[in-house]
Amino acid sequence: MARRYDTRTTIFSPEGRLYQVEYAMEAISHAGTCLGILANDGILLAAERRNTNKLLDEVFTSEKIYKLNEDMVCSVAGITSDANVLTNELRLIGQRYLFQYGESIPCEQLVSWLCDVKQAYTQYGGKRPFGVSILYMGWDKHYGYQLYQSDPSGNYSGWKATCIGNNSAAAISSLKQEYKEGEMTLKDAKSLAVKVLSKTLDMTKLTSEKVEMSTLTRKDGKTFINILAGTEVEALISEFEKTEAAAAEASRKEKATA
Amino acid sequence: MECLIGIQFKDYVLIAADKTNAHSIIVMKTDENKLYKLSNKLVMAVSGESGDTTQFAEYISKNIQLYKMRNTYELSPLEAANFTRRNLADALRSRSPYHVNLLLAGYDEIRGPQLYYMDYLASMAKVKYAAHGYGGYFSLSIMDRNYLENLSLEQGYDVMKKCVQEVHKRLAINLPNFKVQVIDKNGIRDLEDITMESLKA
Repeated sequence: MARRYDTRTTIFSPEGRLYQVEYAMEAISHAGTCLGILANDGILLAAERRNTNKLLDEVFTSEKIYKLNEDMVCSVAGITSDANVLTNELRLIGQRYLFQYGESIPCEQLVSWLCDVKQAYTQYGGKRPFGVSILYMGWDKHYGYQLYQSDPSGNYSGWKATCIGNNSAAAISSLKQEYKEGEMTLKDAKSLAVKVLSKTLDMTKLTSEKVEMSTLTRKDGKTFINILAGTEVEALISEFEKTEAAAAEASRKEKATA
Repeated sequence: MECLIGIQFKDYVLIAADKTNAHSIIVMKTDENKLYKLSNKLVMAVSGESGDTTQFAEYISKNIQLYKMRNTYELSPLEAANFTRRNLADALRSRSPYHVNLLLAGYDEIRGPQLYYMDYLASMAKVKYAAHGYGGYFSLSIMDRNYLENLSLEQGYDVMKKCVQEVHKRLAINLPNFKVQVIDKNGIRDLEDITMESLKA
């Protein structure tokens, strides 16, 4: 009987569910993974790049990490065309605020405004919800570095470290284990991101063209947004592999002596 | 006809407005308040077309209150000034422009005390001291002569008194009473009105 309630976004099923919204969430759980980690001296986003065909012309340097304004960056998981509409909307919201108040929009306000748009698509007739979850990293004068997540229902929340997309539940639980509250530096965060991604993505070896990474830091009252070059990501991966190999070696020796 | 004066010092800012309400050549009252509290550390002084001033000041003030309710934190003086200017500029290009001149005095932890000058054509400038109206012709030169950034509150108040004294002495228009407020890290406080009597004492 669920089919009767499937066709419209706006109608509750007898069990009190909105199927179209749940299906949108389902679509995202098959999308490329994105993760964000908050550190004391900055914040980072990392994303899995799915489209890696060598015939693909490299028009875009980044596939799913977007700069929103001077102080904010987001990364998206889900239907890319839907995401493009939303990032465009995010940038508009940011510029509208800047136009009116002369300063960058505070992080939570931007997220909240966009979530109002997302929510509207779950309520008004004839529309399907956006099949996109978004991670936002940013800085504002009120709360400093911040990491937010939003989903197709229009809910949003703030995090110290979180993950969306394929296999995100596993990634979140390993982030929960490894995240050292109040002691994270951006350098630690970078290594942790690579570590969690390599566990989460179902591939034997992590390569730099499969990962996009971006950091946001503040220096002398200015925000710096940096998209890491392929070589930097490569260095992080090889460093991770070295420590992993050393750990494996150690445990092997321990077994031998025992 | 009306007169607004503002002076920004190192850790506070003074703002004063005359209390006269006149229609053409008739003085209606001399105890009108032209200073509007916008938030805990932000005051706006308005002059111009008498209906417009109240309407515009209340519109801005309520919108700034609304922002605070929605977001828990307040707009900084710079943001509030930009917001005010934007509304004035948009109205100017509509069918119902406001004829309002204003001064904005505020304080925040990052930028300290600030004073913004704005006229009815929505030009805005951040200034150390400023005046609106005919009183500006006399008070500006007093401030040029006596302004020092690190004057104490008492010394600052004295500069303001000198300005009003000159307005009383040289301006043909009768502006007997001035309301004065100070904005600093502790918020907004009323200082004693500057009047004919208080200047004599």
